[in-house]
Amino acid sequence: MSPSVPLQEMIRAIRSARTQCEERGVIQRECAAIRAQFRQADNGGRSHNLAKLLYVHMLGYPAHFGQMECVRMIASSRYSEKRVGYLGAMMLLDEKQDASLLITNSIKNDLSHSNQYVQSLALCTLACMGSAEMCRDLAPEIDRLLRASNSYIKKKAALCAVHIVRKVHELGELFAPAARSLLSEKNHGVLHGAVVLITELCERSSESLERFRKTVPDLVQIMKGLVISGYSPEHDVAGISDPFLQVRLLRLLRILGRNNETASDAMNDLLAQVATNTDSTKTVGNAVLYETVLTVLDIKSESGLRVLAVNILGRFLLNNDRNIRYIAMTSLQKIVGTDHNAVQRHRGTIVDCLKDQDASVKRRALDLSLALVSASNIRSMMKELLLFLSSCPPELRSQAANGIFTAAERYVRDETVPNLIQLITNTSELHCYTVHKLYRALLSDISQQSLVQVACWCIGEYGDLLLRGDCQEVEPMQVCEDDVLDALETVLQSHMSSTATRGFALTATMKLSTRITDNVDRIRSIVSIYGSCIDLELQQRAVEYNALFKKYDHMRYAKKDSTHFCCCGVILFCSVNSFAFNVILEPECEQLTMHVLTLYGLTL
Amino acid sequence: MIRAILIFNNHGKPRLSKFYEHYTEDTEQQIIRETFHLVSKRDENVCNFLEGGMLIGGSDYKLIYRHYATLYFVFCVDSSESELGILDLIQVFVETLDKCFENVCELDLIFHVDKVHNILAEMVMGGMVLETNMNEIIMQVDAQNKMENTFLWELFIGIKPEIGSNFK
Repeated sequence: MSPSVPLQEMIRAIRSARTQCEERGVIQRECAAIRAQFRQADNGGRSHNLAKLLYVHMLGYPAHFGQMECVRMIASSRYSEKRVGYLGAMMLLDEKQDASLLITNSIKNDLSHSNQYVQSLALCTLACMGSAEMCRDLAPEIDRLLRASNSYIKKKAALCAVHIVRKVHELGELFAPAARSLLSEKNHGVLHGAVVLITELCERSSESLERFRKTVPDLVQIMKGLVISGYSPEHDVAGISDPFLQVRLLRLLRILGRNNETASDAMNDLLAQVATNTDSTKTVGNAVLYETVLTVLDIKSESGLRVLAVNILGRFLLNNDRNIRYIAMTSLQKIVGTDHNAVQRHRGTIVDCLKDQDASVKRRALDLSLALVSASNIRSMMKELLLFLSSCPPELRSQAANGIFTAAERYVRDETVPNLIQLITNTSELHCYTVHKLYRALLSDISQQSLVQVACWCIGEYGDLLLRGDCQEVEPMQVCEDDVLDALETVLQSHMSSTATRGFALTATMKLSTRITDNVDRIRSIVSIYGSCIDLELQQRAVEYNALFKKYDHMRYAKKDSTHFCCCGVILFCSVNSFAFNVILEPECEQLTMHVLTLYGLTL
Repeated sequence: MIRAILIFNNHGKPRLSKFYEHYTEDTEQQIIRETFHLVSKRDENVCNFLEGGMLIGGSDYKLIYRHYATLYFVFCVDSSESELGILDLIQVFVETLDKCFENVCELDLIFHVDKVHNILAEMVMGGMVLETNMNEIIMQVDAQNKMENTFLWELFIGIKPEIGSNFK
């Protein structure tokens, strides 16, 4: 074969180089020779030189000096030179280079050449690297070829038209009639090209979509022909007749049937037939079956058919072949938004796939598991996901952690404050440190509600430790009663504080009345202001606290009777609050208070 | 859409690289290296689909590959292609090469890379699948190879090309 011999000699020379440096040397010498040859006038070996250059380009060495040579070769009258020239154009030229404009004319001429292989070279190159201007120039030619040529050219013209539509959307209108008429061709290659073109047109514009909906009966007919027809040797792949065309047709039917009742109705029978009759023991059968399932789930199909589709996916999820499991999960991912319950049924299998050895299967399983997390299954899912996080491959770690945090934020938000308070209560050795730290945090920023709530609770509870001022773990800071009350008042009055936060602050202020000596009056006045607050919850609390002030004042500092005081307080609070609240807790009666609380079924 | 078709050997040396979108030469080589790096790490019995490359197409692309003896055949596709369909297409491609070269091996691909490009051009065009029937593909490739030595104006006059008239 003509260009190959000198090319092979060069390849041999490159391969015999033993080091990278030697290889570079060989290639540099060859490139220099090629450059010299390009500068000469026409000689017989032009196509060899360009072929050598393309080989060198594949290995990663610069080859831009061959661009003009490509342009010259394309205009040649020797087929072998034209061929290599077009190949070079596809590899070396793109729309950003000026040289690409120069080949437009050659392509135009070659498109109307009498020899179909020359036409095909031009079509192929235009479809690979045609710029928007070239496409605009040559679109009418392509349309002509779509209508009047042999099947070999028609199928190539169809795909070339797809490229043109991708580059210049408006030209879609031009090709629509020709695309429609191509559906009546018998040749599978042409049909395939036509279906791809129609798919592209429908995806680009809704008018085209409307127009091509009318072709649904024809498409169903073609599909039926493929499914029911007997064995046809030229299209058979492992027992299925032209599975590539079937898959394309199913995809187009999906686009046409989406959100449209009439179109979906017309397809129901066909889809049921394909779903039940396709042999799923080989990969080809599975490819068709998957496309069918995705189509059924995307259009307005009847419920029996949907159930059938999800069952097929479930069956594939249990298949031994990893490819099939991977594809099943990809399909389930697409429908997890719309048919959530159906996918939930397979949660167990999906979670098992997290433990698969294959990284691709793991990735799919992770995506799907995160999508399946819901309020009802969050505990078991988190267990599995945390286990997965500890042993998963590094590239999936950030995604897994992100998903876990998102789920936590969505389902677990409410428990933070009580849990933290519980934690603080149980760590008695850190009470002093905690209250100092939280007080300082409160001074600097009162916008984070959860933090402010916990800080207020701690100040109310451990206010005496705060005022005493001595704590080993933090810098000493003199805190006087007024400062503390100022801080709590700021929280009460700030517009950033939510009602719950104000509730915490009010109760904390109240609790401080047993722990401080000088400013009881100030506390009383703060609390009584809220007796006329608009918010019902705060008003109720304030009124009850006021009542406590009046009725039980004499008991405030009496240790012995503080138990009684506390119980009265608890009972009073129990009767008005069903909400989380704080209770005056002296160490001795903590247990008692807890009992009373449990009695009332309230949580702290 | 198929973004790229790559064939490289077990050491990462490219044997065919066809890109259906434009990248600079450096990016092309980087893509080949990255793809080899991802694909060579895979075990033998895992699935044939890979995600996670950074360079082509961002998150909407997958690598679908098959490993035959010393060669990896890798198709980089986006989500509009059917994964199992592409897997079958790789099979058809390899079978076609086998028919054209008579028990194809890596050396055939090395020394006849231009022929491989021509065969591929009959199967995939502009990133889209063109023809999947092996016999049809081979017939077209043979007819075009016969034309290798013709001058196109000879077709008008009716001169038959001499077989074996090579240009050195």
